[in-house]
Amino acid sequence: MSGASWLQLLAVAVLVVGGTRLLGPYLAAVFGDAEPVDGAGRAEGAPRRSSAPGDRLFAPLERAIYRLGGIDPDREQRWTSYALSLLAFSGASVLALYALLRLQAVLPLNPTDAPAVPAPLAFNTAVSFVTNTNWQNYGGELAMSHLTQMAGLAVQNVVSPVVGLCVAVVLIRSLARRRIELVGNFWVDLVRGTTRVFLPLAFVAALVLVSQGAIQNLHGFTTAHTVAGGTQLVPGGPVASQEAIKELGQNGGGFFNANSMHPFENPNPITNLLQVVTILLIPFALTYAYGRMVRDQKQCWVVFAAMALLLVGSIALATGMETRGNPELTARGAAQATQSGGNLEGKEVRFGAAGCGLYSAVTTGTSTGAVNCAHDSMTPLGGLAPLANMMLGEVSPGGTGSGLYGMLVFVLLSVFIAGLMVGRTPEYLGKKVQAAEMKLVVLYLVVVPATVLSFAAASVVLPSARSSMLNTGPHGLTEVLYGFTSAGNNNGSAFGGLSGNTDWYNTTLGLSMLVGRFLLIVPVLAIAGSLVRKQRVPATSGTFPTGTPLFAGLLTGVVLIVVGLTYFPVLSLGPVVEHLGL
Amino acid sequence: MRRQLLPALRTLAVLTVLCGLLYPLAVTAAAQVAFPGQANGSLVHDASGRVVGSRLLGQRFDGDEWFHGRPSAAGDGYDGTASSPSNLGPTSPELLDAVAERVAAYREENGLADDAAVPVDAVTASGSDLDPQISVANARLQAPRVAAARGLAEPQVLALVDQHTVGRRLGFLGEPGVDVLALNRALVAVP
Repeated sequence: MSGASWLQLLAVAVLVVGGTRLLGPYLAAVFGDAEPVDGAGRAEGAPRRSSAPGDRLFAPLERAIYRLGGIDPDREQRWTSYALSLLAFSGASVLALYALLRLQAVLPLNPTDAPAVPAPLAFNTAVSFVTNTNWQNYGGELAMSHLTQMAGLAVQNVVSPVVGLCVAVVLIRSLARRRIELVGNFWVDLVRGTTRVFLPLAFVAALVLVSQGAIQNLHGFTTAHTVAGGTQLVPGGPVASQEAIKELGQNGGGFFNANSMHPFENPNPITNLLQVVTILLIPFALTYAYGRMVRDQKQCWVVFAAMALLLVGSIALATGMETRGNPELTARGAAQATQSGGNLEGKEVRFGAAGCGLYSAVTTGTSTGAVNCAHDSMTPLGGLAPLANMMLGEVSPGGTGSGLYGMLVFVLLSVFIAGLMVGRTPEYLGKKVQAAEMKLVVLYLVVVPATVLSFAAASVVLPSARSSMLNTGPHGLTEVLYGFTSAGNNNGSAFGGLSGNTDWYNTTLGLSMLVGRFLLIVPVLAIAGSLVRKQRVPATSGTFPTGTPLFAGLLTGVVLIVVGLTYFPVLSLGPVVEHLGL
Repeated sequence: MRRQLLPALRTLAVLTVLCGLLYPLAVTAAAQVAFPGQANGSLVHDASGRVVGSRLLGQRFDGDEWFHGRPSAAGDGYDGTASSPSNLGPTSPELLDAVAERVAAYREENGLADDAAVPVDAVTASGSDLDPQISVANARLQAPRVAAARGLAEPQVLALVDQHTVGRRLGFLGEPGVDVLALNRALVAVP
């Protein structure tokens, strides 16, 4: 890594830590309780919400939304009805988006005459955007109308991360509250996350992007008569508004097929930095809000440190491998050591190999999946970094909410392992971690790898599925593995060589996304439902302290070991073998 | 479940209006007022007002009298409706053969020795296939050819290359590059 790329990384670190300190307390105020909640000895009724900055501005808007939605904002739910509300909302979202995709040809705001989306692709796309995955088996320029981009995809880009945020907030409340059944009101959390967190931030970020050259209009294609005497169609569309939310909500679905490689989505290195920071902002800020809400800031920094450690490691691996270049290109006379050097296939000159390394690690350490370079064309070990990031279960720092609840599941596992070592009942923040929670933790950890590996194995055996690979040999295996890993962990980035728009992949990738979203959310909500009822027992000399650097190290180790054991065999058949063959 | 479904549909409808229409339209309105040039694609016009392209999108240039952008497989090259990377893996024979071919062609076009190292950006495709830039080394190697084809002095062309080189932003962000469209337009403007 060069001096400039270290400085770039330092700038990201400063902006993210600063953003965490600014946004974290705000998030805690938006979702926290006014005072500690202890269910025993208090009258029934919902705990009082803390007051938040901007109440005067947002409260009237939210009251109007509650009225139109038929919601009683003063009633809280147990975890079961919270989960039902969440599933009902997500189900309605899938159906509405599916209908929009099927009908876009006859609906207005379609200046490029995009045809109706075929059924299997519409299923895949609807599921993809509702699960916050944004896997795209289509090219946005020609396949989607402006109406679909705005009223369909962009809506899910806002609300799907908020759904993840809701689940994390419930898990936090379950650790903060005691001896009570109520975990919050899904509709209220959904609306407040949308109006107070995502829309204001996205509006500002979108305008900054436009100022740098991202487009924001409602045109179709403009015909340009080029300097050399040809013609070129210059695309139009509401790009910046989608771009901003694409990063903020770790969605990653690009307006254009080329995603953040496209100059109209990501015009220059400043927007590249801005995108990296907006991707990391909310997941990291949420750790601070977590510390605030459980009234123990040390817990925040432990989680923050484990996330940051994993992220920086993967950035260093990807950047190092990509700037070092591809020896096969050198052998054919391409100079990779000079400026704009490195493995530049699938990369833009303005970002360079270092910009690709940074972005590819950040976009997969979070559940974003936007790309500013072609991951399929990265060097074998450079491409291993994003793949491994996703396999970790998207916890470094993961998606909005999903990163934090994923990491807290690993925390429970670490506490349990530590408890086994010292021979005590494990506890976390004074809450006893017992068989009921551990069963759910194991379910959480097993379900995605089982789905990913089964579908990937089936795909390399079925001849029809195998023909979708663009590259052969170990790289082809990595393409398939990357696809299911990305879908199962709701990332959405791709080794783009895999032609996913077939019935087999549209269906299996769609199912992987559903499993990776809702079969994780329900166990997490169940864990929360169990924890929230418990009393907080005071710490004793036998309690394993969880607010220490030692625990951050243990946590990082547990994440790496659990994942390493699961995926190591298949990784060694894919990227590792390919690297050794270079 | 029915008790949940009605609020789900109603809330979704309200949020669709808020996030899907009001939000993008508000951004569009603000962007069109504050940054109309950028919001509409940073379009470049010729003297008669006709659109010749976007400052941010690369164009196809063939022939000795132009600086060439990076190899592009979008349509016939730099097609604005088909942004896409090649997605070829680092060991793909297809990629490596293409690179070997491009290296040979580049050496021949620019009169380089048979074992001269060629800047990597000149023989690899970008991710968007619309990359507006080439590396400084690449532009400087093309300058003698362009100068000869246009009957210009080489230092004059190299000076134009320097003028259209964009450095690292803030001194450390990204990589320096040369804007090919602007450079070629400047060549046309040379009397």
